[in-house]
Amino acid sequence: MSQQTSVLYDVPGPRQRRITLISSIVATVVLAVGAYFLIYQPLDDKGQFSMELWGPLVDPANENFPLVWDRIGTGLKNTLIAAALAIVASLVVGTLLAVLRIQLKSLTRRRFTGLATPVAYLLRGLSLTLSAVTRVCVEVFRGLPVVITIFFVARGFPEFGISFDTLWYLVIGLTVYNAVVIAEILRSGMEGLPGGQAEAAAAIGLSPLQTTRMILLPQAFRIMLPALISQLVVVLKDTSLGFIISYEETLNIGKQIIGVLGNPIQVYVVIGVLFIVVNYSLSKLAQYVQRQLSQGRKSTGVPAQTPPAALASQSEATGQGV
Amino acid sequence: MNVLIDKFDVFAGGFWLTLQICVLAAIGALILGAVVAVLRISPVPPLRAVGTGYVNVFRNMPLTVVMFFAAFGLPALGSNADFLRVPGLDAIFSRLGTDLPYFRFALIALVLYTAAFVCEALRSGVNAVPAGQAEAARSLGLTFGQNLRYVVLPQSWKASVVPLGSVIIAMIKNSALIGFFGVVGDLSQTADQLTSAEGYAFVPVAIGISIGYLIMTVPLGALLDRLEKRQAVAR
Repeated sequence: MSQQTSVLYDVPGPRQRRITLISSIVATVVLAVGAYFLIYQPLDDKGQFSMELWGPLVDPANENFPLVWDRIGTGLKNTLIAAALAIVASLVVGTLLAVLRIQLKSLTRRRFTGLATPVAYLLRGLSLTLSAVTRVCVEVFRGLPVVITIFFVARGFPEFGISFDTLWYLVIGLTVYNAVVIAEILRSGMEGLPGGQAEAAAAIGLSPLQTTRMILLPQAFRIMLPALISQLVVVLKDTSLGFIISYEETLNIGKQIIGVLGNPIQVYVVIGVLFIVVNYSLSKLAQYVQRQLSQGRKSTGVPAQTPPAALASQSEATGQGV
Repeated sequence: MNVLIDKFDVFAGGFWLTLQICVLAAIGALILGAVVAVLRISPVPPLRAVGTGYVNVFRNMPLTVVMFFAAFGLPALGSNADFLRVPGLDAIFSRLGTDLPYFRFALIALVLYTAAFVCEALRSGVNAVPAGQAEAARSLGLTFGQNLRYVVLPQSWKASVVPLGSVIIAMIKNSALIGFFGVVGDLSQTADQLTSAEGYAFVPVAIGISIGYLIMTVPLGALLDRLEKRQAVAR
């Protein structure tokens, strides 16, 4: 924030500081008055601040308090289970998909010399088709809303005689979408690496699969770690879509509580705050990781402490410098 | 398969409604997002705090919760979102004027939620402009407004087009949620209606609905990819 302000504004002088102070006070007063008349008063008129509605959520002495929080705890647990399963599954599937697409891409460039001509053509055709098929799958699932994938999974699987717990519908639905997104994140990470990395790996005799596994993938994971953590936030938020297939996650539990106690605004405020706290800390973690990564990059790039040539080239090959 | 042909008008209607809410929400979110972005970079600390708070709240809350807030909170605030019944506009977007307020509530929720992401896309664009540009402009004696208009914004606009596009694509996909919030007749609600109540086979309906969404998202995504590549070359 401070960096950005300094881009757009000069360091304020005494007059500018005075203007800022005055407008700060004016803005605060206007905002407070606006909030009072537009938000607080209508809500108060409707009795939304009464202890009758808030009590079960904030007052430990209330008879419903332990029960309500017990239910919310169950909901949170279910949300976290679904999110954890979905993120692990989509990481695994996404990594496999990214590797597959990179492999297929390098296969389509191969000419299969040394094999009989029909076989070579067949192999080329096969790799081209597979490459196109994976590409289409990625585009389709990336373009579909998650709600729709979850809905399709929950509606479609029983149609084919496969039925699970609702948890698994939600996890599969989330995985289908997020695996594709993660695969794209990793793939762009791998393709963004300097070409020298793959060339060097080929030069020391690694096969394409080994190159991807040992050289490209670790670096891509490292570079894309912040993006991957942000995707975690997305998954956590998307578990709340479980309510459409009546999986008992936090929001669904909230609806049940509202059904009994009739205090929608209060319950949603509590649930909203829970989500914001968890997701905000996750985004902060992503920012922290990003800072650490960029610092690591800077310190290895400092020319003053050049390590011996052998070590330097080693650190470059293992990707420390990237 | 003939459900696709028999019920073509239903699919088309669903597509049209989804398109309507997407267009309206995109316009609303771009405007509100720009306002929030201005708040976030303003020199007045309380306004900055409001902008930051807004972004943090709406970016970290699931859209589902925002929708519930709109559906329960707005009536409690004494509003039926009637201010959205703009006379000329509701001739084209007929749902704005209906008595059932769910379309308007869903629209408001979508706008509020997306605006936070629009703000971040715009801000990241402003951040991408090298500090030296604005400094040079100031040393030439340009005022704050001139600085923004001639130096910072044209450059930041380039950097934020692609993120903005991704935000809009995400918004189109998020709009699928409205069908589960009592907005009758959009694509996702059509899917639900056809497969459960009217008992059509699942696969053709799924294909039809998917095509409906892909028509909107895939070309936009391809366009963004092209823009991104062209910019990468330009740099």
